[in-house]
Amino acid sequence: MNKLILRTASRYLLPLLLLFAVFILLRGHYLPGGGFVGGLVAAIAFVLHAFAHGLRTTRHLLRIHPGYLMPAGLALAIGSGLLPVLARGRPFLTGIWHPEPLAVIGGIGTPLFFDLGVFLVVIGASLTILFTISETR
Amino acid sequence: MEVLLALMTGLLYAAGLYLMLRRSMVKLIIGLVLLGNGANLLIFLLGRIVKGAPPIIRADANVLTGLYADPVPQALILTAIVISFGLQSFAIILFKRAYKVLDTDDLDQMRDTDDL
Amino acid sequence: MLLVTGLALSFLYPLFLAVWPGWVRGRRAYWTAAVPALLFLGCLQAWEQVMQGGMVILDLPWAPSLGVSLTFTLDGLSFLFSLLITGIGTLIFLYASAYMKGYADSARLFGWLGIFMGSMLGLVWSDNVITLFIFWELTSISSFFLIGYYQEDQASRQSARTALAVTGLGGLALLAAGLLIGQETGGYGLAGLQDLQGLLTASPLYPLIAVLVMLAAFTKSAQFPFHFWLPGAMKAPTPVSAYLHSATMVKAGVYLLLRFSPSLGGTEWWTWGLTAAGGITMVYAAWQTLFRTDLKALLAYSTVSALGIMVFMTGWGTEAAIKAAVGFVLVHALYKAPLFLVAGILDKVTGTREVTQLAGWGRALPFTAAAGLLAALSNAGLPPFLGFVGKDLVYEALLAQGNSVALWGMALAFVTNVLLLWAGLQAGLRPFAGKPAPGSGRPLSPGAWLWGPPLLLALLGLVAGCWPSWPGNWLVTPALRVTGFPGREAALALWHGYGPVLALSAATLLSGALLAVFIQPSATRSQRWMRWERIAPEAVVHAGYRVFSTAATRITRLLQNGYLRHYVFAVTLFLLVVTAIQLVPLLADGQLPYRIAAVTVYEVMILVMMAASIGFTVFTRSRLVAVASLGVTGYAICLLFVFYSAPDLAMTQFTIDTLTVILFVLVVFRLPRYLTFSTPAIRWRDGIQALAFGAVIFLLILAVLAEPVTREVGDYYARNAYLLAKGKNVVNVILVDFRGLDTLVEISVLAVAAIGVFGLLKLRLKPTEWPEK
Repeated sequence: MNKLILRTASRYLLPLLLLFAVFILLRGHYLPGGGFVGGLVAAIAFVLHAFAHGLRTTRHLLRIHPGYLMPAGLALAIGSGLLPVLARGRPFLTGIWHPEPLAVIGGIGTPLFFDLGVFLVVIGASLTILFTISETR
Repeated sequence: MEVLLALMTGLLYAAGLYLMLRRSMVKLIIGLVLLGNGANLLIFLLGRIVKGAPPIIRADANVLTGLYADPVPQALILTAIVISFGLQSFAIILFKRAYKVLDTDDLDQMRDTDDL
Repeated sequence: MLLVTGLALSFLYPLFLAVWPGWVRGRRAYWTAAVPALLFLGCLQAWEQVMQGGMVILDLPWAPSLGVSLTFTLDGLSFLFSLLITGIGTLIFLYASAYMKGYADSARLFGWLGIFMGSMLGLVWSDNVITLFIFWELTSISSFFLIGYYQEDQASRQSARTALAVTGLGGLALLAAGLLIGQETGGYGLAGLQDLQGLLTASPLYPLIAVLVMLAAFTKSAQFPFHFWLPGAMKAPTPVSAYLHSATMVKAGVYLLLRFSPSLGGTEWWTWGLTAAGGITMVYAAWQTLFRTDLKALLAYSTVSALGIMVFMTGWGTEAAIKAAVGFVLVHALYKAPLFLVAGILDKVTGTREVTQLAGWGRALPFTAAAGLLAALSNAGLPPFLGFVGKDLVYEALLAQGNSVALWGMALAFVTNVLLLWAGLQAGLRPFAGKPAPGSGRPLSPGAWLWGPPLLLALLGLVAGCWPSWPGNWLVTPALRVTGFPGREAALALWHGYGPVLALSAATLLSGALLAVFIQPSATRSQRWMRWERIAPEAVVHAGYRVFSTAATRITRLLQNGYLRHYVFAVTLFLLVVTAIQLVPLLADGQLPYRIAAVTVYEVMILVMMAASIGFTVFTRSRLVAVASLGVTGYAICLLFVFYSAPDLAMTQFTIDTLTVILFVLVVFRLPRYLTFSTPAIRWRDGIQALAFGAVIFLLILAVLAEPVTREVGDYYARNAYLLAKGKNVVNVILVDFRGLDTLVEISVLAVAAIGVFGLLKLRLKPTEWPEK
C-alpha cells in the first residue's frame, strides 16, 4: 500500500525533480542554486526512484553507469577552462561570455559549462557511492 | 546570538570528539560527521553572521551594497559540505570492509597492519 | 658544447639503462666507456682556454632572486680534477665491463657510475656554493648506492648507510657554510671569492664558516675521526672502490679545501685545523695498514693516509705546500687506482684478497704483475716515477717552512711515507713474488680489458715521472693559479740537486725496504690489534647509533601504539593545553563578548532542537536513533543557514543531509550493534576532555568575534561579481569563476572518493591472492 503511493508518486516526481535540478543549476548564477545543489537534487531524484522501483529499474532508466558521469563532468569543466586558452590565449578558466543573453537560459558563457561539469560530477559521484553501496550485501 | 551559536559549535565539537574517542567504529563515523558540522559552523561564525542579507546582487543593481553576508566563508563551506559527504561515505565503506574482513567492531583490534 | 652534451649524457644514460637494462650485458658494455671518453676529449679540447685563465661551460639563470645561477666553469683546478674524473673514468668503465661480466643487474652499477661521474664533474665545475652543495650530495648518494651494490649482503647495506650518514652530515655542513658565506658576502658565487678574503676572515662568523667547511671536507675525504666510512666502503665492487673511493670522490674534500683556501685560508683556524686533522690522519691510517691483511682494506687505509697528506699540505698554505697537495692529487690517482684494479684482478682470479695467502702469481699473471709492480714503485717514490716527484714536493715544502713546527710535520710525513711504501709493496709486489702456493695451478687468464687499464695508468705514472715538466706545466701550474699563486714554469722536476730533500727521499726508500723485509703482513697481528677497535671512532659511532635507534624504537612504540583513540586523545590534549594557555589571559580580561542580545523565539527553538539531537546522537544505544538525530542536527544547521543569509548553504546542507541519512540507513544496519567497550571511568575521562575541548572552541570563537573583522576579499568579490563575471549570486560566482580552479580540484576529490568507494566494494581479491593469515 505504502509502496504503491511511493511508486506512483515517484513516477511523476522523477521528471519533475530533474527539471527542478536543471532549473536550480541554470539560475545559480543569479539566485541561490548552482551545480552543487542541482546535482544533489538530481541524485536524490534518482535515489527516490530506486527506492520505489528497485535499483535495477533505475539503472535501466539511466542506461549508463552513473560513474561515467564523473569523467564526463570533469572533462566538461576542464574543457570550459581550456577554451579561453585555446581560443583567445587568455589564462586557464577565464570566463568568456556570449554577448547576447539567450531566452530561458539567460547569459551563456564558459562558467555555465563549468557549472554543468560540476553538476555532472556531483550526480555521478553521489549515485556511484549510493548505488554501489545498495548493490553490495 | 553569536554567543549561543558559539556555544552550539563547542557542543558539536565536544560531541564529535567524545564519539571519536569510543572504540566502536560506528560511533567514530558519527563523531566524524558531527565534527564536520561543527567545523562548518565555526567557519560560518568566524565570517560574522548577518540576518536577511544574502550575498546576492539585486536584479536592478550591478554591485552589492549595504549590509550583506560575507560570501567567502559561504563558498568555503559549500564545497566543504559536499566534500565531507565524499569523505564520510569513503570512511563508512572502509570501516564496513574492515568489519567484514576482521570480523570486529572494536578499533583496538585493528592495531596490526599485517593481518590484511 | 661537447662538455654540456657529455654532462647531460652521463645523467640521461642511466635513465636509458633503467628502461633497457639488458643493453649492458655482454660485449656492448664496453660502449659505456664512450660517455667518459667523450667528456675526456671535451676537456682536452678546452685546454687552451684553461691555460688562458678558464672558460665558462654553461651559464643559465636558475633562481635569480636568490642570486643563484646554474653556472659551470672550467679553470685550472677543475681542469685537473675533470681529467682525472673522465680519464680514469674511461678506464674504469672498460675495466668494469669485463669485471661485471655475468652479473645480471650490472646495468645498475653502470647507471650509478654514470650519475656519479656527472655529479662529480658538476661538483668541480660549479661556480656557486649552492650547486656545489647539490652535486656534492649527489656524489654521496651515488656512492651510497654503489657501496650497497651487493644489496642482498647485510654488511654491504650497513657500510653504505654509514658512508651516507657521515658524508651526508658533511654535506649539510657545506650547505650551512655556503649560506653563511652568502650572508656575509651577499652572493653565492665562487668566482672572485678570493678578493673577499679580508671581509670573510674578519667576520665574527668566520670561525663557524671555517669549521663547517672543514667538517664537510673531512667527512668527504675521510679524515680522522670521520675516516671509518672509507674502509667500510670497500664492500663495493672493486672498480667502484678504485674510482670513487680512491681516485675521485674522496678527493672532493681536498678540492673543496683547495677551492676555499684563497678565500678562507691564511688564518690560525685554517692552518691549525687542516694540519692537525691531516697530520693525525696520515700517521694513524698509515699505521693501521700494518694490521690489515685484506688487500682492499690495506689499500683503503693507505688511501686515507694519502688524503691526510693532501689535507696536511693544503693547511700550510704556502705556494710550495699547495703545489705539493695539488701534485699529490695527481700522483696518488695514478698509482692508487691501478693498485686497486690489480687487487680486483687477483680477487677475481684467485678467489681471495688475503695478502697472507697470495704469493707467486707473477708467472701466471705477467701483465697484472707488471701493472702492480710499476704502481708499487711509483708509490714507493723510486725515481724516475711520478711518485718520487710527489714525495719530493712534500719534503721540499716542509723544509722551506724552516720552523720547528714544520720539522715535526716533516717527521710525521717521513713516518707516513715509510709506512705507505710498505703498504704499496704488500699490495703491488708481494702477491706476485716468491713461489706459487702448491696446488694453485694455472688460473684462468684475465683478459686484456682487465689488466689493460691498470697497466696503462701505471705506465702513465712512469712516463709522467720521466718528463715531469709536462704534467707540471699543463696541470699543476694552472691549478696553482686558481689558488692564488703565480705558479712558475716547470712546477715539477725530477732532479732537485743534492741536498736534504734527496737525503730524505733516500732514507724513506731505505727504511721502507727494510720494513718490508722484516715485517710481513700477519693474520695474528691483525687479530691482536682488532681488540683495540672497540675504542676506535667507528665503534663509538656505531654504539651511538645503536643507542639512538633503541631510543627511537621505544619512543615510537610509546607514541605510535596503534590505538586510534590514543592518537586523537594525545593530539586534542596537546591542542587543548596550547590554546588554553593563550585563552586564559583573555578570560581574565573580561574582553569577550558574552552579551546575548535580540534573540528570537525561532532561533532559540532551533538551538534547543539541535542540542537535544546532539544529546541523543551521543547517548542513545540504538543506531537508528543515532542516525535519525544526526539528520535532525543537520536540518537544524540548515535552518541556521536560512536565518543567517546563506540560502546556497541551506540548500546544499539540506540535500547532503538527506543523502547522508540515506547512506547511513543503507550501511549502518549491516554494521555491528553498538557495544560498550570502555569502562565508566574512561568514559568520564573522555567526556571531560571532550567538554574541555568544546569549551576551548567556544572561547576561541568568542575571542575571534571580539576582534575587528576584515572583509577585503569578500568585498572585492561582492563589488566585482557582476561587473567582471556577469553573475549576481556572489557565492556561485566565486565557485565557478573567481575560484574555479579550487572547485575543479574539489570535484576531482569527490570523484576520487566515489571511485574509492566503488573500488572498495566492487573490486575483490581472488581467493588465490589473499595473503596468508
